[in-house]
Amino acid sequence: MTVMFSRVPVWIRQHLAALRAILVFTILLGLGYPLLVLAIAQLPGLKDKADGSFVRDARGTVAGSSLIGQSFTDDKGNPITKYFQSRPSAAGGGYDPTATSASNLGPESIVDTLADPNVTDDSGKQSLLTQVCARSVAIGTLEGVDGSRPNCTPGGVGAVLSVFYDQPGYQGAVTRVVSVNEECPAAPFITSFAGVKVECHTFGDDVSAGKLVVVRGDAPATPAVPADAVTASGSGLDPDISPAYARLQVNRVAKARGLDPAVVRALVDDHVHGRAVGFLGEPTVNVLNLNRALERLR
Amino acid sequence: MNTTTAGLVFVVVLVGALALSYGPFGDYMYRVYTSKRHLRMERAVYRLVGVDPEADQRWSTYLRSVLAFSVVGVLFLYALLRLQHRLPLSLGFAGMEPGQAFNTAVSFVTNTNWQSYSGESTLGHLAQMAGLAVQNFVSAAVGMSVAIALVRGLTRKRTDQVGNFWVDLTRTCLRILLPVAVVAAVVLIAGGAIQNLHGSRAITTLAGGTQRVTGGPVASQEAIKEFGTNGGGFYNVNSAHPFENPTSWTNWLQIYLLLLIGFSLPRTFGRMVGNTRQGLAIVAVMAGLLIASFAVNAGFQMAHHGTVPSAVGAAAEGTETRFGIPGSAAFASSTTMTSTGAVDSFHDSYTSLGGATLLVNMMLGEIAPGGTGSGLYGMLILAVITVFVAGLMIGRTPEYLGKKIGSREIKFASLYILTTPAVALIGTAAAMARPGERAGMLNAGAHGLSEVLYAFTSAANNNGSAFAGITVNTNWYNTALGIAMLAGRFLPMVFVLGLAGSLARQQPVPISAGTLPTQRPQFAGMLAGVAVIVVALTYFPALALGPLAEGLH
Repeated sequence: MTVMFSRVPVWIRQHLAALRAILVFTILLGLGYPLLVLAIAQLPGLKDKADGSFVRDARGTVAGSSLIGQSFTDDKGNPITKYFQSRPSAAGGGYDPTATSASNLGPESIVDTLADPNVTDDSGKQSLLTQVCARSVAIGTLEGVDGSRPNCTPGGVGAVLSVFYDQPGYQGAVTRVVSVNEECPAAPFITSFAGVKVECHTFGDDVSAGKLVVVRGDAPATPAVPADAVTASGSGLDPDISPAYARLQVNRVAKARGLDPAVVRALVDDHVHGRAVGFLGEPTVNVLNLNRALERLR
Repeated sequence: MNTTTAGLVFVVVLVGALALSYGPFGDYMYRVYTSKRHLRMERAVYRLVGVDPEADQRWSTYLRSVLAFSVVGVLFLYALLRLQHRLPLSLGFAGMEPGQAFNTAVSFVTNTNWQSYSGESTLGHLAQMAGLAVQNFVSAAVGMSVAIALVRGLTRKRTDQVGNFWVDLTRTCLRILLPVAVVAAVVLIAGGAIQNLHGSRAITTLAGGTQRVTGGPVASQEAIKEFGTNGGGFYNVNSAHPFENPTSWTNWLQIYLLLLIGFSLPRTFGRMVGNTRQGLAIVAVMAGLLIASFAVNAGFQMAHHGTVPSAVGAAAEGTETRFGIPGSAAFASSTTMTSTGAVDSFHDSYTSLGGATLLVNMMLGEIAPGGTGSGLYGMLILAVITVFVAGLMIGRTPEYLGKKIGSREIKFASLYILTTPAVALIGTAAAMARPGERAGMLNAGAHGLSEVLYAFTSAANNNGSAFAGITVNTNWYNTALGIAMLAGRFLPMVFVLGLAGSLARQQPVPISAGTLPTQRPQFAGMLAGVAVIVVALTYFPALALGPLAEGLH
C-alpha cells in the first residue's frame, strides 16, 4: 500500500486515509452497532418494547402504542364525552407522529393576530395566552367547573389592553384603550380603564403604539382546570395527563357511560403511576390505557 | 413528596452518581489513552486505513489529520443525505435539498447536531444509522482526541509530538464510546425506546381515527446521541418524544449519560499530568457552575413569572407530563452546559429568565462540563488565561503545570476565547440586518431577537439546541449557521493544537515558592470567576436587548 501511494502528495494521502477511515467506521458503527442492538432487542421481554409497545383494544385489534398519545375527539375536533381527554397537541392536526412538534410560543405571546376579512379562510393567529384561556373556558364548560384563569377574559381570550397616552414614553393622560384580543363587535371584558371607555379591536387598526397592559382579573390563583389540560406538550404526543386532570374528568365520563362515578374514580386511581423510584418525574395517568380499561368495564 | 423535594433529590442523586463514576471511569479513559497495546480489532482498522499506529505526529500533522477526517466526513454525509432515495431503507423519502444537506452534514461533523430538518418526515433509516449516528461517534471522538493532545502538550517536554490522531480516534470509538453505547441502548429499550427497521404503521385509534405510528433504529442512536454530547434526535421533538425518552427514569439516565464523559475527563487529565488534585480543581469548577445553573434555571421555571405562565399556573407549555418541571429544567441545564443540544422540553416556551439562563449556559463556552473533549480543552484554555491574569496581578511570569505561558501561548488562548463570541454576535447582527431573515422569527419583539441570538450562539458553540420557533430551513440560515458551526468548531481546534505544540516543546520549570498552586480552591474560585466575567463582558449588551428586556419589562 505504501509503495502504491508513494508518489502521491502527502495531503492527498491524508485525505485518502480519512476516506478509508470513514468507510471503516461507517461499517463498524453505522451498520454493526445498530444491528447488534437490533439483535439484542429480539430477546423476549425486549421485543415488544423495541417494536413500539403496541396495545390492543377489548376486541383484540391493535389500538395504538401505549407510549404515543391519541386524540379522543370526533371528526370536528370536539371531545367525545365517553373518553378521558388527552392534553392539547401541536403535532400536526393533533397527536400526529409523522409531524411531531411543540407550539414554541413564548411566555409573552399575548397578542392575537386578527383574521383578515379580505382573505378567505384566514382565521388569524391566536397568541399562546388566548389559546390557554380558550382551552380553560372550554374544559370548564365540559366538566362543569369554573374555567376562569388569571390574565384571561371570561370569554376565554387573553385580557390584554393597549393603552394610548397623550405624551411620549407612556406619560400623561390616557387617551384611548383597546382590548386587543377582542374583535368587534364583541363587548370588551371591562367597560372602562383609567376613566376611558375600552374599545373592541378591528382588523387593520394598528394598536402597537399603545402600552400593553395585562389585566389579571379576579380568577383564583389555583384554577380548577389543571395546568397540563391547557398547555401543549413538548412532543405533541404526550401519552399522559396529571392525576388531577384525570379526576376532573371522572363525573363527565361516568355520566356519558351510565356508570357509577365511584367505579370510574377507582379505575383512575388504579391507573395513577407514581414517580419512578419515588422521586423521578411526576405522577401520571396514561390516557390510552385508562380508556382501554374503561371499554373493558362493560 | 412534593415537586420541589423530588427535584432536589433528582439532582442530588445525579451529582452523586457522577461523583461515583469520576474515579473509575476517568482512570479507565486514562488507561485507554496511555496504553501501549493495540487490540486486534484496532490493528485491523489501522491496516485498512493505512496508517502506522506507532508513529507520533507533530501538532500540525495531528491538526491536518483532524481536518482531513472532518472534510471527508462532511462530503460523505452530504452525499449520503442527497442520495438517500437511491439507497435501501429510505422509506420513500426524497434526497435532502442541497442547502439543508450542507447544514446537516456540517452540523453532525462539528458535534453540533442542530436540526434544520424534521427526522420523521425527511430521513430514512439508513441515513440515520450509517450517516448521522456514525458522526455521533466520530465527532465526539475527535473532540476527545484534541483534548488529550492538549494534555500531552502539558505533560511532554522537549518534543514536537502530541500523539497519533488515528490511534486516539480509533481507541475512543472502540474502547470508550461503543461499549457504553451498546449497554445504554439496551437499557433504553427496556424502558420503552424502540429499535426496529419498520416504516410507519397505520392504526385505528380507540376513538376511530387513524394514526401513523413511526418505527426506526431509535435506541441505538439515542444512546450515542447523549453519551457523545451530540444531541441530534431521531425525531423532530428529540428527547421529548416518547419513543426516544419513554419514562422519567430514562430521562434521568439520558442526563447522566450526557454529563458522564465531560465530568470524568478531568480525572483522566489529572492522572496524565501526574497529580489528580489538578483534575479535582477543574471538575470542582465544572460542578459548581453546573449546580448553580440547575438552581437558577429550575428556580425561574418553578416560580413561573410571566404573563402566560402565571395564567397557566406553571411553566408547563412545551413540557412532558412524565418528566415534570424540575426534570425538564435539569435536562435543559445539562444539555446547554454540555454541547449536547438535545431537548426534552421546548426552550422557546420557557419563562423569559429561565430561557436566558440557558442562553448564558451556552455563552459560557461549553466548559461546565462542556462537550466530549471540547469541554476539557475549553476549561484548560480558561485556566491558561486565569494563570496569566493572576501572573499580571502578582508580577510574575505565569506558568501552568510547569509550562511557561509566554506571548505565543497567550495569543493562542486569546484567539480561542474570541472566536465563538465573534461568530455568534456577527451572525446575529447579520441576520437582524436582513428583513427576510427577521421574518423567520416566530415570536415578536425581544423574544424574536432571543430566537436569533440563541440560534447563532448555539451554532457557534456547537450546542445544537434551539428556541425552535424560528424558521431556519432557508438557504440563508442553513448556510450562515453552517459557516458558524464550522468556524466555531475548527478554529478553536487550530488554536488548541497550536498551544499543545508550543507547550510540548518547553522544558518544564521546577516548582518554586513563586509558583501559583493551580490545585487549590483559591485557583478554582478564580477560574470560575474568569469564566463568568469573560462571558458577561462579551454578551451582556445582546442579552439586555433579548431575554433581559423581556423578563424585566
